[in-house]
Amino acid sequence: MNQLKALLGWVDDRFPLTANWKAHLSEYYAPKNFNFWYFFGALSMLVLVMQIVTGILLTMHYKPDASQAFASVEYIMRDVPSGWLIRYMHSTGASMFFIVIYLHMFRALMYGSYRKPRELLWLFGMLIYLCLMAEAFFGYLLPWGQMSYWGAQVIVNLFGAIPFVGPDISLWIRGDYVVSDATLNRFFAFHVIAVPLVLLGLVAAHLLALHEVGSNNPDGIEIKKKKDPKTGIPLDGIPFFPYYVIKDIVGVVVFLMVFSAIVFFAPEMGGYFLEHNNFVPADPLKTPLHIAPVWYFTPFYSILRAVPPLFNSQFPGVVAMGLSVMILFLMPWLDRGAVKSIRYRGPLFKGALALFVVAFLVLGYLGTEPTNLWGQFGSWLGGAERATVVARIFTIIYFLFFLLMPWYTKIDKTRPEPERVTS
Amino acid sequence: MRNLLFALLFAPLVVLASGEELQLDNANIDPHDAISIQRGARTFVNYCLNCHAANVMRYNRLTDLGLTEQQIKENLMFVTDKVGDPMTISANRKDQKQWFGVEPPDLSVVARSRGTDWLYTYLRTFYRDETRVTGWNNLAFPNVGMPHVLWQLQGIQIMKTESVEHEGRKVEHRKLVLDKSGSLSAIEYDNLTRDLVNFLSYMGEPEKTKRSQIGVLVLFFLLLFLVPAWLLKKEYWKDVH
Repeated sequence: MNQLKALLGWVDDRFPLTANWKAHLSEYYAPKNFNFWYFFGALSMLVLVMQIVTGILLTMHYKPDASQAFASVEYIMRDVPSGWLIRYMHSTGASMFFIVIYLHMFRALMYGSYRKPRELLWLFGMLIYLCLMAEAFFGYLLPWGQMSYWGAQVIVNLFGAIPFVGPDISLWIRGDYVVSDATLNRFFAFHVIAVPLVLLGLVAAHLLALHEVGSNNPDGIEIKKKKDPKTGIPLDGIPFFPYYVIKDIVGVVVFLMVFSAIVFFAPEMGGYFLEHNNFVPADPLKTPLHIAPVWYFTPFYSILRAVPPLFNSQFPGVVAMGLSVMILFLMPWLDRGAVKSIRYRGPLFKGALALFVVAFLVLGYLGTEPTNLWGQFGSWLGGAERATVVARIFTIIYFLFFLLMPWYTKIDKTRPEPERVTS
Repeated sequence: MRNLLFALLFAPLVVLASGEELQLDNANIDPHDAISIQRGARTFVNYCLNCHAANVMRYNRLTDLGLTEQQIKENLMFVTDKVGDPMTISANRKDQKQWFGVEPPDLSVVARSRGTDWLYTYLRTFYRDETRVTGWNNLAFPNVGMPHVLWQLQGIQIMKTESVEHEGRKVEHRKLVLDKSGSLSAIEYDNLTRDLVNFLSYMGEPEKTKRSQIGVLVLFFLLLFLVPAWLLKKEYWKDVH
């Protein structure tokens, strides 16, 4: 024991090991009233680690070559010992990553976690989200199935809709006139090293920012305002280690049960996690009837499709899709509410948030389906497609949630926040 | 490029609008029935393989089904003598393209892209169509390039179109009828295709049955692990008020 202590002292003289352990775990004081919604930050870290580990194992067997990629994935599924498990963990992990991140972001919207002093924390989080989208997009090309190929084709072509420089930009991204071996090789490089490096840096920044300002909580009040006069510890704070580490283990086990149920019993999730058409090798000469991105992009894809072309150009749709993601960056400055948490907000914010969630889900669903899903209206609406009209309505609702936020959060009837956290 | 984007985004509308829905029959396969899969493998290597390949499926993988390597060599291998080889084919791809208009697709994972019900329906809905180069057409796959390879077993079906009065409107009913019977009865042929589809489904993901077996154990372990994790949490959180 004494020898261990001596070793620790030796390390501490040279590296701030104990100091960091204290700063980030054993003496990082988190509010004691975290609820269900506070599991998803830790869970997204778990999924990140899982994706990195399974990803490394996959790169040991995968071939980033247009003539071998598809077969090498099947080789992993059949001939590599437990390769099917590694691959399904990675493919399921991709979708689960977005699920936990969307829930994590929704938590921030509910409890105002993006508000002062957590603006930078929110911005780092948004950058992580952008990286994650890039990571998912690049990775989806790698199995080299029909959906990989044509999905990449469509998304790269979106850049082609930018006036004047668009075609050159998409050529630059692809490295060829069509998605090809050159594209596959560079997407592989982006997927396995470039984006993950940025992602890890941003995660570190996200955590540092969090530990600087301290965690928000379901009451949306600052626990640092009420400290024990003797110790200087927040009265409503408990050390992250052991309390939240122990609590998160329970969350992790429950999460892993859901995760395993998918991996072992329904890895395709009915075509939502692994699309049926992606079991057909990429064929540049055969455009699939229905090209849909994987579910986590479909709300934005719906917005793209909903915006009518202008002068025969899809550019307005592309701009709307870009804005629908980017506008989230402005949350800290759009919200003028007197309180942070939904618990003390008035009916306006609650209604707006509920409407936003409905819009996000409906747009997400519509994005997975062809636009002729529900047929057309009669002549009184010029035979317009029902699904497109619905997508347009919800696109407007989606944007109004943000654009009207400064107004409805300000006039909303809020209730007074409590002095101390409630349980 | 802009036009291509436009075409890609709106292509689905045009094609789906002109297609009509075909009710798929339920393949009703049992992935745990190794004998059925074995019979399917026999049909596969005798009738499908060598126009179609299964490039990622190795012959000795069939030991999954309870076959020995000797049995596989003697009964199922016609184009190679190495039991570890994949089910590749020797047909000339160029010739094939000339004969059928398309290269016959690799069937390794066809059950995962098409689905078993579609395959089951497809294999049973070939009919005589003199307007086609091969003389055959198909309900599930209109204007298919493949002729009906199993016609000697199923017999020859033809398309009967009849007009029926339905709620005051004339409705065209199309249905397939057996014009000339084959060497199998209708039920025998259904069973043969069901076994074949069962094999294709197995080949699409040989680990499938093992996967769910392991899954049960994993979930059972996690459920057990949840108990101490929960108790530990309760114990630690006693002093938080």
